[in-house]
This record gives sequence, C-alpha cells and structure tokens, in this order.
Amino acid sequence: MSIVTVQLGQCGNQIGFEVFNALFTDSQSSQGLCSKRENEAYQASCKERFFREEKGVPIARAVLVDMEPKVINHVLSKAAQSGQWKYSQHACFCQKQGSGNNWAYGYSVHGPKHEDSIMNLIQKEVEKCDSLNGFFIIMSIAGGTGSGLGAFLTQHLHDHYSNALKMNQIIWPYGTGEVIVQNYNSILTLSHLYRSSDALLIHENDTIHKICAKLMNIKQISFGDINQVLAHQLGSVFQPTYSVEGSFHYRRNPLGDLMENLVPHPEFKMLGVRNIPQMSENSLPYSTFTWAGLLKHLRQMLISNAKMEEGIDWQVRPPLPGLPPLGKMSQNREQHFNTSLANLVILRGKDVQNANLEGFKDPALYTSWLGPDEAFTVWKTQRAFSRYEKSAALVSNSQFFVKPLDTIVGKAWNMFASKEAWNYARVHGTPGPAPPQTPGGDSRVRPLLTTGLAAWGTVVRGRVSEVCAELSKQ
Amino acid sequence: MTQSVVVQVGQCGNQIGCCFWDLALREHAAVNQKGIYDEAIGSFFRNVDTRVVGDGSSISKGKICSLKARAVLIDMEEGVVNEILQGPLRDVFDSKQLITDISGSGNNWAVGHKVFGSLYREQILEKLRKSAEHCDCLQCFFILHSMGGGTGSGLGTFLLKVLEDEFPEVYRFVTSVYPSSEDDVITSPYNSLLAVKELNEHADCVLPIDNQSLFDIISKIDLVVNSGKLGPIVKPNSLVTSGGTAFKKQHKKPFDAMNNIVANLLLHLTSSARFEGSLNMDLNEISMNLVPFPQLHYLVSSLTPLYTLADVNIPPRRLDLMFSDAFSKDHQLIQADPKHSLYLACALMVRGNVQISDLRRNIERLKPSLQFVSWNQEGWKTSLCSVPPVGHSHSLLALANNTCVKPTFIELRERFMRLYKKKAHLHHYLQVEGMEESCFTEAVSSLSALIEEYDQLDATKSLPVEDVQRLSIAV
Repeated sequence: MSIVTVQLGQCGNQIGFEVFNALFTDSQSSQGLCSKRENEAYQASCKERFFREEKGVPIARAVLVDMEPKVINHVLSKAAQSGQWKYSQHACFCQKQGSGNNWAYGYSVHGPKHEDSIMNLIQKEVEKCDSLNGFFIIMSIAGGTGSGLGAFLTQHLHDHYSNALKMNQIIWPYGTGEVIVQNYNSILTLSHLYRSSDALLIHENDTIHKICAKLMNIKQISFGDINQVLAHQLGSVFQPTYSVEGSFHYRRNPLGDLMENLVPHPEFKMLGVRNIPQMSENSLPYSTFTWAGLLKHLRQMLISNAKMEEGIDWQVRPPLPGLPPLGKMSQNREQHFNTSLANLVILRGKDVQNANLEGFKDPALYTSWLGPDEAFTVWKTQRAFSRYEKSAALVSNSQFFVKPLDTIVGKAWNMFASKEAWNYARVHGTPGPAPPQTPGGDSRVRPLLTTGLAAWGTVVRGRVSEVCAELSKQ
Repeated sequence: MTQSVVVQVGQCGNQIGCCFWDLALREHAAVNQKGIYDEAIGSFFRNVDTRVVGDGSSISKGKICSLKARAVLIDMEEGVVNEILQGPLRDVFDSKQLITDISGSGNNWAVGHKVFGSLYREQILEKLRKSAEHCDCLQCFFILHSMGGGTGSGLGTFLLKVLEDEFPEVYRFVTSVYPSSEDDVITSPYNSLLAVKELNEHADCVLPIDNQSLFDIISKIDLVVNSGKLGPIVKPNSLVTSGGTAFKKQHKKPFDAMNNIVANLLLHLTSSARFEGSLNMDLNEISMNLVPFPQLHYLVSSLTPLYTLADVNIPPRRLDLMFSDAFSKDHQLIQADPKHSLYLACALMVRGNVQISDLRRNIERLKPSLQFVSWNQEGWKTSLCSVPPVGHSHSLLALANNTCVKPTFIELRERFMRLYKKKAHLHHYLQVEGMEESCFTEAVSSLSALIEEYDQLDATKSLPVEDVQRLSIAV
C-alpha cells in the first residue's frame, strides 16, 4: 500500500526532500547486512510505499505546495540533481506571494482560494497508487503556509478521503527566535488538526538542534543538518518491517498498524520519536552496539522523558505498585516520570531476533486502563537501516508533549491578553482585487484564536489531570 | 515571485534612489552571471525589448535585453532627475517614469502636499498604475523621501494616501530621512512634523534614518580605512558601495556615501524575498512580525559589519561581533540606543555564509542584555539568505521595533514648538490654499499621541514580568 506525502510551506518542502532522499538512499544501500533476497523485498516494499516509476525513474509519491516559488524550485532541482529519483513536475502548486507568517492567511484566504487546484493534484497522485494507505502531511506550525494551509488541507483530506489515514508531521518551532507570532499560529493549527488528523508526529526543532550539536558533533549547524536528522528519524519509523517475525513479508499497512497500536483513544494522538544510536560518521567505526545496551538506554530515555541518549536522568524509575500514588503529589510539582499510553519499538539490524524487550513490558510504564499487552508493540527487520548495524526507534504516545504545549499556550495567551490582539486579524496584502476577506478578517479570526486557546487549555489540563488520576488509582 | 516598485520623491529621495539602482544592478549582475532574466531580477527590474517602438513590451523569459527599473521618479525641480538621466543609469529609466516641475516646493510642505499634490495627482496616479500593470504580483511600494524639505516631505506623504486609496493591498514601506538638528532648512521642523502625521496614518512600515547617524558611520569607516590598521586586504567601503567607482565618487560628494548606506538597507531588506535561503523572509512577514499595533510601525535599523576583511573563512569571533555591533548605538541608522530601551520585536536578517546555529548562539548570548516587552519576551524573527552582498561573505540587518525612536520624536516636537510658539514662518504655509492652522495642531497631537504610546510602553519596563491569568476552563 502506498502513502502520498503532502509537503507544505518552506519547512515542509525542505524536510520532504530530505525524507525522500533518506528513504531512497537507504533502500538502495548495499550495507543492508542481509541476504540479497531480503534486501530486494525491502527495496520493493519501500518503493511501493513512497515511490512510483515513470520511464524507469523513481518518482516520489508527493505533492509539493507552497505559496511562493523559490523553495519548490530549489527542491525540484536538488532532487533532479541526485540522479536517483525525482519529483513529478506536475505535482507542484505554488503561488507568487507567501502567507506572511499569518495563519489566518493560509487558512482563510489561500486555503479556500486554491482548494480545488491542490485537491486535484492530490487526487491525481492518489490515482497513481494501486492502493492508498494514507497521507503524510509535512508542515511546520510556526509560519503561515504550513500551519494555516496545512490545517485547511488536512480538514479537506479528512472529508474527501475518510478511509485513508492522515498523519501530520509537525515541526515544533524553536522556543525563541523563529517567528514572533509562532505561538498564535501553533495553537490555531493544533486545535484544528486535533479534529481532522488521525495522528500528529511531533518533532521539536530545539531537540533536533541539540542532537546535531551533541550527538552528531556538528559545529556549524545548518537547516540542512537539522532536516537530515529529522529525515533519519522518520525513515527509521517508516522504512519496511516484517509483518510476521522471521518472514520476508513486509508490512503492507504501516500507517494503519501504527495507529492501531499507538492511538488507543482519539483524544490522545500526539506522538514523539526517539532514536538510538545517532552519531557522526567519524565516531561510528569506533562504536559497537548490543541490543541490551541500546534498549536499556532507550527505555530510560522514555521514562525520564529524555529526547536523546546524552544527559539521561538515570534516577527516574517507574512507580512501584502498592506504594502511595505519586499522582496526587505530582499535580503541582515537576513530573519526572513519563507515563506512556502506548509505545512502539522498531528494531533494525543484526541479530534482531535476540533482542530482549521485557523492559518495555512493565505495566508500571503504562496507564491502568491499558496494559502492556495492548499498549506495547514491536516491529522488526534484519535489514540494517542507514549506516547503523543495529538501531532502534521508539514511537511513543506519552506525556512528553504536555510541557511544550503548555508553554506555547501560555505564551500565546500572554500576547493575546496583554492588549488588543497582535496585528493578526488584519488580513492584509492579498494580491488582486480587494479581497472579501478583509472586512470579516477581524471578527472571524479573533473568536478562532479564543477558542483555540480555550480548547488547548482544556486538552493540556484534561490530559494532565487524567493521567494523574490514572496514576493515583494504581 | 513578487515585485516591488520604488517611488523616489524629491532631491534626497532621488539621490538615494540613484544609489539604490546602481547597487541593485551590480548585485544582480554579480549573482546572475549568465545574463538570463529571472524572477530575482524581475522583483525590481523589467526586461524590455527596446527595438519595439512604443511602450517596449516586457519580456518575461530569456536573455536580458534592456532592464528598466520598476520606479517612479518625482521631483518638483529638474536638477537631480536631469542629472540621473545624463548619468550612467540613464538607460534604466525612461521619460514615462518621470514627473518633474521647474518651480520647486521651496522647502514648504504645504506647497508639496497641497499645491503639487492636487496639481499632479492624476499624472502621478497614471504613472503608478502603469508601473503596477507591469508587475504580475505587486507586493510593495518603497517610498524614498526626506522629511525636512518641501517636495519629499509634502508630495511624498501626499502620495502615501494616494497609494493607500488606489492600492490598498500593496504594502507601503517608507524610508524617511529625518533632518539633523543642524539642518540648514529653517522650516524643516514644520515640514517634518506635518509629514509625521501622514506617516502615522498611511504607512505600513517606516524606516527612520537621520543624516547625522549616516555621517557618523561614514566617519568611522574612514577612520578605520585611513588608520591602516587593517592592512592592505581591506575593501574600503565595500558595504557602503559595492563597486570601486562609487568609492571615488564619495570624495566628490559627501552625500553619496551616506545615500549608499540607505540603498544598502533596501537591498538587504529585500534580499531574502529575492534570493534563495534556508529560512526565507518575505516582505509581508516584516509587518506581520514586527508591527504589533498599527501605529507602532517605526523600525530602527542597523547594518553590520561596516567593513569586512577580505578573507573567505569567517573567524567565529568576527561573526559574533557582527551580531553584537548590530545592537550598539553607534551602528543604528538613527540616533537611538535600542539596548537601553524596550524592544517590542526584533528581526535579524542574515545574508551569506551563516547558519542557524550561529543565529541561535548569538540570540542566546545577546538576549540577557536586551529588554523585551512583557507579552513578547521571545520576540525574535530571523531569516537566512544564502546570497551575500557583493564582495562580502556575510552581513546582517537588524530591525528593531523599539521605544528608542521616542527621543527623535520628542526632539522634533521641541524644535517645532520653538518655531510655532512665535508663529515664525507660518504665513508661508497659511497662504497656501487648503492649509489651516488646524493642520499644525492636528499634526502635533498626532505626534504627541505616538510619543504617549511609547511612554506607556516604557513605563512597563520596570514592572516585573508576570504571566497573565489564563482562562479558566470548566472541565
């Protein structure tokens, strides 16, 4: 089954390119450390998911959308230069003038105006799949196009393709220094996506930046570096894995299986990824890995909510059963232990059948209403991923995002409540004749913003209190 | 891609414009080696086949035939515009882009605004419409003018209102040159104050600039160049002028070097919209991020480094210095000290070989020394454009929406009141049809209201930053 990727805005298009490049390079790599037959099956599966063929050239199953042409042009030529795969020339949609970091612009102006053209492109790409598994929508939530148009399109994909799964790859902005109105844009996006998306896979720029600095040892970090780490993380999740252990049959329904395992409740669909190992090319030859070591680290990263293998707090332990519940006291204090709703571990590489995953099957890691039998899944393949002989990825639905979300809601509220709203509602600068949106802009956006804030207040509180309540029952 | 139209009004505006077009041509010539007309060049120039008689229809693709500036040149005397038409830039303009008169505005805002405004309204509009028709997505008008004289200040601000009425969706960015206190025009306080009211009401963004600051910057560069400390590898003035010829000119006309700084400001401001980069910033993002409330649209700018060594590898210390300098008061294009005032928002636009980690490191480093308004503690907007200015490896434009513009306004009001109390020179204004005393009082109250806004913000500076009580939600 195939996945159609929708790349939105500058960020979405830059990352989309790196993702396809990582997927293709990995699938063609000769360092798979497995039999030829297995490698071929892996390649075929990867190709079915993400690429189609035109005159012998692999073409990414992607639709590129941006409101200005520079980034898409750049990405198209980079793909063509790779000499290995391409984007389709006919799968691009761009306009002349961007959304100006204004969510309202992307959602209320560009969205309705270009709905038909974009949905048409998507339809064409979908028709080229033998069977459609779902959509990847890659977008940042800080700017205007990715966030506003992304929210709009996800909603329409939800309406038009109700049987296909929608997974949004969300790029969470740096805490400071990207876009001044990023907190407004973020909550407006999230509150809309929460209604229309099936799962949100979150990548924080701050975290990835730290991984580049600390693990990859890059001195002068560029967006290219950041996007490559991100692409590696996504590849480690979405490259093929066995459908049944020990067979050469690869999973046909990756999105469905993933969501079945990780989204047990429609209210909780924010997912995070952790990877191990991640290191620079130079240190790799001097390192050896054992499954026991990798998984021990990965588990501690999960329960202590560490985003990378450096600086893990080894003191954090799961609450012991029978002891006074931590939940009651943890209402107000920093929560150290990261409770999971569901976890998926993906193992790739040598001797994968020998890996022991008992550590993830401890009921104390999970809520009382979902035990490890339902909440924990593992996917495997002998085929090594990227440069690593053994590697593991963990996708988890846990409390990890409560804090970043709470911060964003807080900052947005501070700005909103301080005086009048930011220039926001002043939908301004539409090209062409006087837009009908202008007079209504004010009255339409402000309630949106208020409900966005209120909705997120509820989700954050609801989630914290619910998980705490669960803990206290134990 | 979008296009911009430059409207240069009055002597100062046209001189700055002249430098700007010179530099813009050089920059695109350096970046675009093949001579193919592309979207980047198209943002300021159209490609015209001059062999076709008549309007010279625009060519959108292929080889560059003849570039025409997307500009409208307006002056109420002929001197400067004629000079441009006889100079090396004559081919980028044609007579259809010009509006001149012979009498001049006599340093009188009222003559420029009221007399010439109504006299030339239709003609100006016609030229503006024509220039807009040549664009397939017009995004922004850049208005270049000075505040102290008659034409730039009077007619330049009249034009703002015309643009607002005729092109409500197109942004209006204004670079306004403020007179310094030793200005030779005695009526400049009147002219400036009357112009401020129009800027308050009809501009989207104003980049105030004062001659004194430009002069100080030039002196500083000269000092470094002449001291010889930096050795022979220094490229004198390479930020101020990107080519060798302009350097020679500098000694002939002191204003040229100063105007070049302003021209560089415009080039840098639009660089991320014209060229590729890993973090683009379109012009519409500037007001979205930097203008929290419609009236507070004055952005203090600084360009660094003023001079750069010729080596290609950037030593990290040098790079960080570029960021520190952008916040020092010696590098601002008006007399202002943003470091000791309150930031409402700040943008860092970087060009050249600089990566996101360099930006982040410097933001982290500088943030503790800067004060931000309570509701926008992390008020940074950043962009990375991969094309550096000609002859440099990197450069930075910092735009600050900061209460440090207030002293400029207060000083302007004081100088105005000194004249106005005595009613000196007032009759020159009042004899112009449509000018009444209320024009002056309204202008003063408009400026005072603006100062009051900044005062209120400044007053929050000493208060502790507190989170606003969140909405309480019944779960």
